Amino acid sequence: MSTQRSFFNRRLHSLLGVIPVGFFLLEHLYTNWHATKGAKAFIEQVESIWSLPFLLLLEIFFIFLPLLYHGVYGLYVALQAKNNVGNFGTFRNYMFMLQRVTGVITLVFVAWHVWETRIQLAIYDFTAAELANHTHQLMQNPVTLTLYIIGVVAAVFHFSNGMWSFLVSWGITVGPRAQYISTWVWGVVFVLVSYLGISSLLAFANPEFMQQLAQR
Amino acid sequence: MSEQQTIHLIVTRQDEPNGTPYQEEFKIPYRKNMNVISAMMEIQRNPVNAKGEKVAPVAWESNCLEEVCGACSMVINGRPRQACTALIDKLEQPIRIEPMKTFPVIRDLIVDRSRMFDALKRVKAWIPIDGTHDLGPGPRQPETERQWRYELSKCMTCGVCLEACPNVNSKSNFIGPFAVGQVQLFNSHPTGAMNKEERLGSLLDDGGLQECGNSQNCVQACPKGIPLTTAIAKTNREATKYMFRKWLSM
Repeated sequence: MSTQRSFFNRRLHSLLGVIPVGFFLLEHLYTNWHATKGAKAFIEQVESIWSLPFLLLLEIFFIFLPLLYHGVYGLYVALQAKNNVGNFGTFRNYMFMLQRVTGVITLVFVAWHVWETRIQLAIYDFTAAELANHTHQLMQNPVTLTLYIIGVVAAVFHFSNGMWSFLVSWGITVGPRAQYISTWVWGVVFVLVSYLGISSLLAFANPEFMQQLAQR
Repeated sequence: MSEQQTIHLIVTRQDEPNGTPYQEEFKIPYRKNMNVISAMMEIQRNPVNAKGEKVAPVAWESNCLEEVCGACSMVINGRPRQACTALIDKLEQPIRIEPMKTFPVIRDLIVDRSRMFDALKRVKAWIPIDGTHDLGPGPRQPETERQWRYELSKCMTCGVCLEACPNVNSKSNFIGPFAVGQVQLFNSHPTGAMNKEERLGSLLDDGGLQECGNSQNCVQACPKGIPLTTAIAKTNREATKYMFRKWLSM
C-alpha cells in the first residue's frame, strides 16, 4: 500500500464525498425542506433526528471527520489544477473548473454555517423550537440569506457533478454514451435538490415562519 | 490579387533552455496550401522578422509531415496540435505559435518530451517475451478487441494530451492521459495480459491514474482521436477491482 498512497487517498476522497458526505447533504436538505410545511413540521423532524442513538458519535464519524478530510484533501486537489477553459471551452472542462470553484465556496460556506448553527446550538443548548427560531432570525438578514442560497447551490452543484465524476472514477460509467446520459441524470438531480434547498431557505426567511407555530 | 498577400506569425521564442521567452513577429509571403511547417521553412530561407531585422531562424522539430510521428507538436492559436496538419488557410491570423510549455523548452519550439518516454518505461508499455527459443504462435484475439487496440495503438507520444490536461503542470506529478491508453493497449493484448497487474500497479503509484480530474480535454485534443477518456474509465474500473482484490486477499 505504501507506494500507492496517493491512489488510496484520492479514492478515499471520492468515496467519502458520496458516503457519507453526499448522503448527509441530501438528508440535511430533506429535513430542512420540512420547514416549507411550517415550523412545527421542521421541529418534529429535528426532534426525530435528535432521538437517534449514538448521535454524537454519528455526527463525529459520519459527518465531521469525513467532511474535514474531503474538504482539506479536496482543497489540495483544487489548488493543483491549472485551469485552461480559455483554450478549451468545452462543457466538461467548464465542469472541471466549476467543480473546484464550488468545492472551495462550499468549504468556506460549510465552515461558516457550522459556526452559525451547530456551534451556537452547542453553546446555548437550544431546544428544537429555539433552533428553528434561531435559523429564522439568521435568515432575516438579506445578506445572510443570499450567501446561504449561493452556498447551498454551490454545495448541490458540487455534489451532483461530483456524482458524475464518482461514477467515472470508480469505473461505473465507462463509455461516452453512459457518461452523456449520466450528465443529464445528475443535471436533473442538481435542479431538484437545489429546489429543495432554496425553498427551505425561503421558508425559514418567511416573516410568518414562527407565527405558524404559535397558531397551532 | 495583384498585391502580394502575407502571412502574419507571432512566434514565442527562447534562445536556450534557461533563456527568457520573447515574442517575435514575422510576415512571410503567402503561397497556396501552406501549413505551419512550410511557414517555418520560409522563415528559415529568409530569417527576417517583421521589423526587417535579420534574426536566427526559428528552431522547430518535425519528421513525417503526415501526423504520425508526433514530433511537430506546438501550441497554435492557443491549441496544442501538430504543425504539419495546421493549414494556414484554416487558421485565424495573426497566427500565434508557442512551444508546449508543459515540457522543458530546449530552444524556440523544440521541447523535451523525455518525461513521456520515462512514463512508458514506468508502466512497462511493452510485451516481454523472454528466451530466444521459438515460443510458438501467440493466442488469437477477438476482432472487437483488435479494433479497440488499433485505436489505442495510434498514440504517437506527441504530448498534446499532456499540454491540454489541466492536471499536468508543475504543481502536479501526473504522468499524463496517454500512459493510461498505453496500459490499456498492452493489457488487452492476450500475451500482454500476463503482466496486467504489474502495469496496473505501476499506474496506481504516485502521479498515476488517480490524478485524472475528468476535464476530458485529452480526448478533445488528441490528434489521433484516441478514446483516452474511455481508456481512463475502463482502467478506473480495473483499478477498483484490483484494489478490492488486493485488500481481500491480504
